[in-house]
Amino acid sequence: MSTFFDALRNHYERHPEKTAIWLQIARRADTPITYRRLLENAHAYAQAYAARGIQPGEVVILILQHGEALLAAFWGAVLHGAIPSILPFLTEKLSPQRYKKDLTALIGVTRPAAIVTYPEFAPVVQEALTPNDSVRAVLLPAETPPPSPPDFSRLAGRLRQPEDIVLLQHSSGTTGLQKGVALSHRAVFNQLQAYSEAIRLDRARDVIVSWLPLYHDMGLIASFLLPVLEGVPLVLMSPFDWVRAPYRLLQAVSHYRGTLTWMPNFAYMFCAQKIRDRHLEGVDLSSWRAVINCSEPVRPESHQVFYERFQPYGLRYTALQTSYAMAENTFAVTQSDLSRPPVLDAIQRTAFLTQHRAIPAEDESDRLVMMSSGRPIANTRVRIVDDQGRDVPPRTVGEIAIRSNCMLTGYYNRPDLTEKAFLDGWYLTGDYGYMVDGELFVCGRKKEIIIVGGKNIYPQDIESLVYEVPGTHPGRAVAFGIDDPHTGTEEVVVVAESDNPDPTFRQNLALAIQQHVSKNAPITLRRVLIVDRQWIIKTSSGKPARTANKAKYLAHQG
Amino acid sequence: MTAEMISTLAHFIAEEILRQPNREIAATEPLISSGLIDSLSLMDLALFVEDTFGVRIEDTELNADTFDSLEALAALIQRKQGQ
Repeated sequence: MSTFFDALRNHYERHPEKTAIWLQIARRADTPITYRRLLENAHAYAQAYAARGIQPGEVVILILQHGEALLAAFWGAVLHGAIPSILPFLTEKLSPQRYKKDLTALIGVTRPAAIVTYPEFAPVVQEALTPNDSVRAVLLPAETPPPSPPDFSRLAGRLRQPEDIVLLQHSSGTTGLQKGVALSHRAVFNQLQAYSEAIRLDRARDVIVSWLPLYHDMGLIASFLLPVLEGVPLVLMSPFDWVRAPYRLLQAVSHYRGTLTWMPNFAYMFCAQKIRDRHLEGVDLSSWRAVINCSEPVRPESHQVFYERFQPYGLRYTALQTSYAMAENTFAVTQSDLSRPPVLDAIQRTAFLTQHRAIPAEDESDRLVMMSSGRPIANTRVRIVDDQGRDVPPRTVGEIAIRSNCMLTGYYNRPDLTEKAFLDGWYLTGDYGYMVDGELFVCGRKKEIIIVGGKNIYPQDIESLVYEVPGTHPGRAVAFGIDDPHTGTEEVVVVAESDNPDPTFRQNLALAIQQHVSKNAPITLRRVLIVDRQWIIKTSSGKPARTANKAKYLAHQG
Repeated sequence: MTAEMISTLAHFIAEEILRQPNREIAATEPLISSGLIDSLSLMDLALFVEDTFGVRIEDTELNADTFDSLEALAALIQRKQGQ
């Protein structure tokens, strides 16, 4: 297969009646979507794009909730040769004003030709448009023609080349939306080939079960493109339904004899802590051969908690696996060996913290247990480098650099950012790690990003929001993430200076910051500390030093 | 009765969800649409209501349309208790 178009055509012609996706929506019976149904629905969108004058190679933004329209709009873009990019839908807590502002900025960079959305949301999209911007059509699902058999010999998507860009992936927030990761057909297929090998994908037996959103690489690549393009059945539920009823995941695995699932670390804790026994009656998890922990730091304690909770329902210990992945490499960089649990490495805590070296632990009191994210997949090379870009010895912490044949084409319309991300052909991930015997241990971050429940949050976005609150002062607040072992993810903290010593004033200011940030960011802010002038440690260039302030905050909290 | 229920719920939300025991929550204050209770905490609230008041809030009811304030949540619980 050389393009998505060819792969779709192949499935449609070879086994049109095979179920590609079991679509789950709360309170409704599951919908089996065969390749025929998927592509005939997609064809309706391809026709609608053509009718609106959208050209192959142009970007189409999809702002749709979980449902069949989202699937059809995505594959319809592929059939037409347009470049789909799925964006998060506006949630009930997020301010529409902020969403509009971010969307306007995204349109400015990405220059999409069309946006597909629901009627209820169309007004928000219309307001985000500006005169002379690139958007020529706002398309609603109801405006598409009825589904019909695609004529693959005529559709514009047939002319796309393997090196052409096939899709864009954005992460959230004002900063993330500026960086659309552009991937080619070839890059995605190279990733799928190497990754399928790493997980020993069994096209005859595997069933993938997912609750992940499709605007995120783990949801889009591992839990949507991989199954649909490789012909492995997918059971797809909505993240919105899962977070309100996490037992649905386990019931789906049991019902469909699911074998593979990807999810971020927090989800292990969430499932283990929030599911009642009555929802697990009759559940059998023995078919699950891999639950792959990915997209935020992997914690052995979370695997343990998850295992203990679900072992009585047939969960196997070896099913708990890890991967290190990023959108810039399409998806996986490494994968643990599915035939055994991920490698654990007990290292000396003090040497790790003070010398950035991972020396095997000798006694219990000075021990830190790290969990491997596995080995590089076949097409990806990994190096650990120092700040001069030189290789460091094994067991020395450095920045993870990668090179592969499945890297991004570039950040879309941002050659400046693309150039900065590479050093002599190696992509610098901004993550710290070390290697031992070919296993990668990821252990920190150089880049200033907070990962909350698998979502990337840029601290500068949070700080900008803080400064919008009356009573704060630009340059005198700092945001960072702290580990929360109970939830298995990070929690965002804001420290802001105030000249007013009055406790009531400060309490109200903290509350106002919490409310404003929660309303305008994809996270809920709980921890705000108001401090005196000059509490915040600044860098030599006068910016708040996030790591130093985090240490000071943790010391302050005791 | 209602006041007591609201106070129990407010106490739980402040202490366990917001981790700010001193935070006061007005009976009409928006809980979900404001982001005060994020989606990851909705389950905690549902489990607490079930254990404390003996009624189940279905997962499809965990949204701002069904209840978005302590007042509305208390009314929902009482309706369920009366059934």
